[in-house]
Amino acid sequence: MKMSESQKVKIKARNVTVHYGEARALHGIDLDLNANEVTALIGPSGCGKSTFLRCINRMNDVIDGCRVGGTVSIDEQNIYSDAVDVVELRARVGMVFQKPNPFPKSIYDNVAYGPRIHGMAPSRSELDHIVETSLKRAGLWDEVKDRLSASGTSLSGGQQQRLCIARAIAVNPDIVLMDEPCSALDPIATAVIEELMEELRRDYTIVIVTHSMQQAARISQRTAYFHLGDLVEHGQTQAIFTNPENQQTEAYISGKIG
Amino acid sequence: MTDYSDPDFRAARLKKRYQAEKRFRAYGMAAIITAGLILVFLLGSIIYSSLPAFSHHQVRLDINISEDYVVADAPEEGNYLGLVRAALRDHFPQVTGRRDKRALYKILSIGASDAVEDRVKNDPRLIGTQISLYVPLSDDIDLMLKGLIDRNLPESDRIVSDRDLAFVDKLAEENRIERKFAFALFTNGDSREPEMAGIKGALAGSLWTLLVTLIVSFPLGVLAAIYLEEVAPKNRFTALIEVNINNLAAVPSIVYGLLGLAVFINFFHLPRSAPLVGGLVLALMTLPRIIIPTRAAFAAIPPSIREAALGVGASRTQVIMHHVLPLAMPGILTGTIIGLAQAAGETAPLLMIGMMAFIVDVPTEVTAKATVLPAQIYMWANNPERAFVARTSAGIVVLLTLLLVVNAAAIYFRRRFEKRW
Amino acid sequence: MSISFLFLCLLGLGAFSFLFGRRRIRGLTAMTGVKQHSRDVYHGSFVVICAVLLPLIILLAWSGLSPLLIDAMLEDFLRRQSPDLSIGEMGVLIAKVKAYFVGSLPEAFADELIRNGADYFAALVDYSTTARSFVVLLLSLCGAALGLRLLAPRFTARPAVERVFEIVMIVASAIAILTTIGIVLSLIFETLRFFDTVPVMEFLFGLSWSPQIAIREDQVGGSGSFGAIPLFAGTMMITFIAMLVAVPIGLMSAVYLSEYANPKLRGIAKPGIEILAGIPTVVYGFFAALMVAPFLRDSGAEIGLTLSSESALAAGLVMGIMIIPFISSLSDDVINAVPQTLRDGAAALGATQSETICQVVLPAALPGIVSAILLAMSRAIGETMIVVMAAGVAANLTANPFESVTTVTVQIVMLLVGDQEFDSAKTLAAFALGLVLFFITLLLNVLALYVVNRFKEQYD
Repeated sequence: MKMSESQKVKIKARNVTVHYGEARALHGIDLDLNANEVTALIGPSGCGKSTFLRCINRMNDVIDGCRVGGTVSIDEQNIYSDAVDVVELRARVGMVFQKPNPFPKSIYDNVAYGPRIHGMAPSRSELDHIVETSLKRAGLWDEVKDRLSASGTSLSGGQQQRLCIARAIAVNPDIVLMDEPCSALDPIATAVIEELMEELRRDYTIVIVTHSMQQAARISQRTAYFHLGDLVEHGQTQAIFTNPENQQTEAYISGKIG
Repeated sequence: MTDYSDPDFRAARLKKRYQAEKRFRAYGMAAIITAGLILVFLLGSIIYSSLPAFSHHQVRLDINISEDYVVADAPEEGNYLGLVRAALRDHFPQVTGRRDKRALYKILSIGASDAVEDRVKNDPRLIGTQISLYVPLSDDIDLMLKGLIDRNLPESDRIVSDRDLAFVDKLAEENRIERKFAFALFTNGDSREPEMAGIKGALAGSLWTLLVTLIVSFPLGVLAAIYLEEVAPKNRFTALIEVNINNLAAVPSIVYGLLGLAVFINFFHLPRSAPLVGGLVLALMTLPRIIIPTRAAFAAIPPSIREAALGVGASRTQVIMHHVLPLAMPGILTGTIIGLAQAAGETAPLLMIGMMAFIVDVPTEVTAKATVLPAQIYMWANNPERAFVARTSAGIVVLLTLLLVVNAAAIYFRRRFEKRW
Repeated sequence: MSISFLFLCLLGLGAFSFLFGRRRIRGLTAMTGVKQHSRDVYHGSFVVICAVLLPLIILLAWSGLSPLLIDAMLEDFLRRQSPDLSIGEMGVLIAKVKAYFVGSLPEAFADELIRNGADYFAALVDYSTTARSFVVLLLSLCGAALGLRLLAPRFTARPAVERVFEIVMIVASAIAILTTIGIVLSLIFETLRFFDTVPVMEFLFGLSWSPQIAIREDQVGGSGSFGAIPLFAGTMMITFIAMLVAVPIGLMSAVYLSEYANPKLRGIAKPGIEILAGIPTVVYGFFAALMVAPFLRDSGAEIGLTLSSESALAAGLVMGIMIIPFISSLSDDVINAVPQTLRDGAAALGATQSETICQVVLPAALPGIVSAILLAMSRAIGETMIVVMAAGVAANLTANPFESVTTVTVQIVMLLVGDQEFDSAKTLAAFALGLVLFFITLLLNVLALYVVNRFKEQYD
């Protein structure tokens, strides 16, 4: 895979620290994430990769006693500055969770939810359009177009996760964060979603946390290895997997620890 | 046309959304504050109105225990009322007319003679001597002295007449009137006179009733819960019992009263107004409220404990007796205490079976006529006399205090002994 | 011996039996050297069962059935003394005899017949209690002796004890069913008798309720009117007012406490609301009748409204207060059962917290909340003390909450409290009302269960 110098940095994290009460979960992370790339965050459980992911759309704000230090900039704008509104930020940074979490509403309402709260579609036909394109981009349209009013929870696990992806991209974000999106899915559903990510990369910046080395190798252009709250190594996926610079990284990807 | 890409439109929309957020938060806060104010007002007003009942004005009389009224051989047959009245007359030599005398007697409580009687019975040697003794004033005088009856009103608008006022003022001038703690509230049974009415009889009735409830419902509830949760095969019969128990927990309490009336009193001819019947009715009502938390306590114990015990060769009974029951005990006791506390505050079903009789004596048997504390409160609340409002509130304060202590004990139990798996 | 003393005696005998049984089996084993089949505890328990179980059953049966028998014998005795009394007069006479017996009927009101009856009654009661004590204690001692004789090292005490234990457990579980059957049967039985005198349709759809007239003349049921519609309407109105108070306050405080409040506020507010739940209803009744109702009446008068001092409004408001903790704790449970991932999902799309709550959390919790409201309604409909103390007695068909209305539960209490014959249409009407109450609350409870089971999302 070629790395072009012209590639634009989308997300810039500088000295990011996170505390849960007294405990420190991240110790000063510096990381640049490029636009239109898939970046995989890997590392053993509890290494802070999910915590870092949640810093990018400020989901850590929800957790009691969680403090974030340092800066995370998207397009050169620090998202932790007072000028940034968290509600607007999250419309720009979508998120897909580990377990599919469709709302107990119809498929249509699930996808339409974001556009509705943000007032993106003044008319019904525009909303219909958004729902349709989002479902198409998530590769779910053909499966559900005849039953848009069925409950989102009636779908299978893989379909639910794609519905959640459709829901996330319906608000037209720049960035999509994925927190182990395939860990609750079977291999076939996983393959569908991995294909989808390759598609989505053209329009979005994608950051994915995964436990699966193979998945990271298959889908990402860049990989960042976290260990015990530190960023150990970061670089092109191919390089990391074939020739890691750090011993810990090597031990982890070769299955010795983790 | 408005457009999402227009930053002004977005800013305006965001502002509106945040305003809605603020409003919603305010509704929630308002709900909590309202609930809190209601609680404070409810408890505050009841405690405030109960305060007068905890004290009573008494007058110090110099009583000449002459043999005209009491003879040493039979102190129980003495005319103590006459004794007290004579003592009062001595303070007001100018009062001579029959009607005036009667008015004078009325400033004393009917219970005034009891104080003397107790004193003399305890120490018959007092007969023939003079003693100085505090005796209670009547409830109206007491209310007036507490400022609850305005003495500046025109005479026609107040219960206490000018003549009574003069009597009381004279006694007050002589420093004979003192406000004392109203022990009668705790040591007396019920009475038609508010200043003599106490909760002792009702408390005893409540205790007897709850004793019956506990003896019946605790073993039955725990046994049923053990059977349903640990022993019974999961079949239609046990499913039926389960649905049944859940429904019984939601049946209005008054229906249990009807059941008690129809079955225990009209069919079995058990005595009316008796703690036995009241306790049985409350036991049936409490049973599902013990079974449900007890089952929950059993269900919270991980199966691994049972498997471990079975694995070393314990019988099913031994598993239950040695492992499940001891581990579930805190939960069972908490559930039982809360269930009994509910039963202790229950009134409606007991009205059905006549446990609101006017009981002066303290019941000593489960078949004796009795009343319970909540029913006593209900009866007092129906009493038109003003002093009974304070009496009723005082009864409520005692009831709430008891329930608070009991519930606090339950919470303590849970915190102290509960295991988390 | 009184029943409670006899009960204590049995307990004492049980304890002794256990000790004796355990001592005996230890002695036997030591003597013979045979290995015991069951452990000491089971042998002890076996003797306890022998000594206590049968006497206890007899004690209960005797105490339950002897009043029945004694009353029948007393009636027979009185009937022989004066053969031409009507059934009603006989009832009064028996009541007088009993009152004389316990001393609550003054000497002056007692005639020869009453005195004789009381003597006879006293003799019967005395005989019955003595015989009961004798039989129960004798059986207990014999049982203990028999149990002790049966003990032997190879005696299979454990299976025997476990078998009895299981039977006792089954009986205990069956009590729940017996209670339901008892409720239904006793209500239906009396209700059917009520419908002998008052037609069903008149009861269910009649617009006028004045049961008092029925007992004045001797014509049972002939002239009292038993149309229960005004009672149903009054119950509905008070319940409705209560829900108007309880649902918004209860629901909003549950939402605020579980979604917004910091642990400190939760730590204060939750126990506070639980205190509201622990207050006995008679206290709410007092609060309604002596604090809220006069306050409403006076403040109504200030602004020119005429409020009855037993207005539906006062009773409804206070009943609403009583229901608040019920709604809030049930809603709290269902709101907490909504998985956090749904909240995260909404937040990640840029929803504000209130949008998340109103559009995601509450809809997901809706079945639970609806069920909580149904249960709360059932509570309000069956609630008695508040309305007995604060609502009216006269049946009043009105839609004005400032006027006084009466409810089903108030009428049940009014019809049954005080001394009255058991067979008049008036008392039977109370059971008919009770049956209606039972079925309505049952229906609401079942409906509440159905709503939850039918519409609940399964989150794993």
